[in-house]
Formats: sequence, structure tokens, C-alpha cells
Amino acid sequence: MSTAAIEIDGVRKSFRVRERESGAPWWRRESKDKVALHELDLTVDRGGVTGILGPNGSGKSTLIRILATLLTPDAGVARVFGWDVVTEALQVRRHVNRVSVEAAFFKELSPWENMVYAARLYGSSGGTRRRVVEILELLGLPRDVIDQPMKHLSRGQQQKVAIARSFLTAPSLLLMDEPTTGLDPRSKKEVQTVLETLRAEREITVLLCTHDMDEAAALCDRVLMMDGGRVLADDSPAQLRFRYDAASLEAVFMHLTGKTLEEEDEPAQVAQ
Amino acid sequence: MIGVRRRELGALFGFAERQLYVYKRYWVWEVVWLFYSIVSVLSIGFLASGLGTLGAGGAAFDFRRAQLYLLIGALLWGYLSLVFMEAAYAIAWERWEGTIEYTFMAPVRRLTHLMGICLFAIGYGLARTLIVLIAAVAIFNLDFSHANLLGTLAILAASIVPLIGLAILTSVLPLLSPQKGEQMSFAVQGFLLLVSGVYYPLSVLPLPLQLAGVVSPLTYSLAGMRRSLLDGAGVGEQLPTVAVLLAMGAVLIPVSVLAFTWAENRAKRLGLLKRSG
Repeated sequence: MSTAAIEIDGVRKSFRVRERESGAPWWRRESKDKVALHELDLTVDRGGVTGILGPNGSGKSTLIRILATLLTPDAGVARVFGWDVVTEALQVRRHVNRVSVEAAFFKELSPWENMVYAARLYGSSGGTRRRVVEILELLGLPRDVIDQPMKHLSRGQQQKVAIARSFLTAPSLLLMDEPTTGLDPRSKKEVQTVLETLRAEREITVLLCTHDMDEAAALCDRVLMMDGGRVLADDSPAQLRFRYDAASLEAVFMHLTGKTLEEEDEPAQVAQ
Repeated sequence: MIGVRRRELGALFGFAERQLYVYKRYWVWEVVWLFYSIVSVLSIGFLASGLGTLGAGGAAFDFRRAQLYLLIGALLWGYLSLVFMEAAYAIAWERWEGTIEYTFMAPVRRLTHLMGICLFAIGYGLARTLIVLIAAVAIFNLDFSHANLLGTLAILAASIVPLIGLAILTSVLPLLSPQKGEQMSFAVQGFLLLVSGVYYPLSVLPLPLQLAGVVSPLTYSLAGMRRSLLDGAGVGEQLPTVAVLLAMGAVLIPVSVLAFTWAENRAKRLGLLKRSG
């Protein structure tokens, strides 16, 4: 296996969108390419937490999806532990798991049923019940939620189950796409604590997308600031603050872009 | 190699088990669908019972045979269409639940994924059809004394092979179009009902539809089942039909998996997996 966890060389991604200009008749729509990710070069070494900071539409989720083999880049090569995400996708998937902002579950099923499903897909079903209980307790979830339908759980609890599910499959690379977005401060803190514990206990590489600057400063060894599909800065949080003579990462981002991390839409993807 | 096989087998079982969990949670819906299936089949049976009052008759008309002919069509269509739609809907269902990306990034071969879905659909379809069959036998006092059980089972088993291919092929549609794929699945199902000789022989159809019926595997399944259940055709007599069904499956399964792979790659290129609308 390669020494780097992630190697990205000239990766580019755009999406075709059909738009109707203001005042144009309903049938007149024009197709345009919206660039989600400009040519990107990036290497992430094994171990540690690398943060990707940027507003919505900055290309963070597109990058995560490419590494998760869910999107094909238009150009360039992306490798995870030396395996190409397009031509060796199955090898990549064996070492990667993803926690996304939307907890992707069968909502009628219980955490236990969802996690058994995950364990079977990842070939790690031995002693699952005990491990599931252990992981859920580690995340501060009460034992009785394990057999309740997911739809009865709070958003924070669902997100913790999503994280527990990713731990169950023991990934070497964990892609976390805004895992604490929408969580209350207490749940957010618990998730962050678990991530710190995980980082201390296991050989794992974490790529953490967030627009929470404090979270990035607290958890990440390295931070990439992205905007408009481009990487604007890449260094440790302390070095970034030092280089731009800023009190916070928010101030660094302001310095680089002239704006705050306000909400912007992801490039719309084509509907067929 | 053995480890990979074991992992794929575990995943195959995992997909079927997941479907079982989902159906357990939606059991009220399943009771409703079962009721609907029973009512549909019974309606066909009573339609046959009423043929006499509609003017059908004469010395050549065998009422019991006509009733059995129609009921076999209704039962088998109920089974085949259920397997077909369950498998086809597996992808659409993942879109509704928002789990499609999670499933598609799992380290599982796509063939294992699709076969796991079909495995459950076949088991579930057989169980539901058995209940409907019991209801039909009880109400219409059906006479299967001429039936050849082994011939029937041979056709039923062989029918599964092309059916899996058709089901996978239909499950491509929601991947091609998140918004219209499900409706297109219904259109395909409806067309198969029209051309496959479910309630009438192909000879009554206009020539273009007859030709379409000739390439539908369901035509051979239905014809074979009727030969065994109505005329007592044994395994030996059914071998040509079994061979046709297996040959169709041998073409349909690889073609459907290739089509699915192509559609998956297209969805990844255009970013269609993310969309749920």
C-alpha cells in the first residue's frame, strides 16, 4: 500500500445544469457547466485529522464523494492508499467509510438492524451485538435506543449512530462530511470527543469537512480552506493564524476571501 | 479468495436480510398487498365462472379448463410481477430512504448486491403466491389431478433465471432517471403483461405484439406452467422450454449487469446518485 492515505493529482469536476433565465419562456433552458472542483492537487499522509473548511458550494462534498467512489472526476487521478478511485473502486471501498451530513439510514429500521446491515456489507459481522452496544455507549447513547426505529431518534442520536456505524466497519480512512452540522452544542461536543478518542486509539486517517472553524481548530492537524472549488490555503491551524496574523481561522478565511462562511448552494446536479 | 467469497456471501445474505427487516416494519402494507393479490386472483377466477353467463359455451368449451387457464395466468403473473417489481424497486427505495450512496460505496460487487435483492424477492414472491394459491384452491375447488408437479417445479426454477435478468434490467431505470425511472418500471411491467400471454394465447395478438411476446421469457414460463398443470407435461417434455428459459437468462443476466454498471458509471459521472427527487 502507498505511504500516503490520499493522493490527488489534477482532479477536476463540473456538473451540467439546465437553467432558465429570468423572463425566458418555460421551454427555453440552457445547459451550463458549473465547476465544483477546479484542478486540485493534494496529498494527505496516513494518520491525523485533516480539515476541509469552506462554505457550501466550495467543493468540499464533491471532493469527499470522489474519494468515496460516488463521483467520477472529469479529469485527473485520485488515489486512496494507492488505489485509483475509478479503476480500483472496490479496493478503495474496503478501506473507506463516510459519515455525511444527512444520516443515511433506513428510518423504519432500528440502529441494530442498520448496523447489522453495515456489518454484513463490510464483512465484519462476528460478535456484532456486543460491539454495537460498546460503540453506542462510547458515543453516549442509551442502551434502549438500539432496538427503536431510527425515525424515533433525535437528529443528534441519529448522527451518533451514523458515526458508530462507521466505527463498526473499522475504516482506515474516515470521510466526515459535516458530521456535527445541525447538532445541539452538547451532541456536537460528544461527537468531537469521540473523534478525539478514536484518533488517539486507532491508526486512522480522518478527512473532516466542516464550516465550524472552532471545530476545525480543535480537532485538525491540518486545514485546507476552500472556496469556489479551489484550495486557498493549506497548513496547520496555528500556522494559518500565524501567517495571516489572525486571531481565528474565521479571520483567516475572511482575509483570504473577503467574506464569512455564509450559506451558499452546492452546484446543482443535473436532473434527468 | 475464500475470504472474498465469504464476504460476498455475507453481503448477499445482508441485502436479503435488510429487505426482510424492512418488510417486517411495513407489515401492515404487506397485509394490504396480500389482500389485494388474493382479491385480484379471485376476481379472475370469478370472471371465468361468469363466462357461461356472458355467452361462452358449446360442446368444445371446457369451463374448468378455462378457469384453471386464467387462474394459472393470474397466479404466475402475480409471482413474476412481484419478483420483477421488488427487484426493480430496490434502487428506487434506496433513493426514498436516502441510503443509496451508502449502499453504493459499500465494498460489495454489484452482482452480489443485485443478486441479494433478487434472492429476497424470489423467496418473498414464492411465499406470497403460495398463500394466494391456497386461497384460490379453497374457493374454486381447483382440480390439479392432471398436473405434473416435477414438470411445474422445473419450469418455476428455470423461470427464475431470466426473471432475475429482467428485474436487474428494470432496476437500471431509476438510476438513469431519478424522477421518471419508477414510472418507466411500471410501463415495462404493463407491456410484459400485454405481450406475454398471461390471460390469452399469443395468437390473439396483432403480429407486432406477438413478436414482442416471443422474446419475453414470461411467455415461456406461462406456457410451460400451463402444459404441466393442465396437461401433465413432465420434466422430459419440458426440457426444450427449460432450455429456452435458461438460454434467455444466460443472455439477460450478463446484459442486465453490464447495463446496470453502465448506468451506475453514468450516474457517478453526472452526480445522479445524490438526487432523491
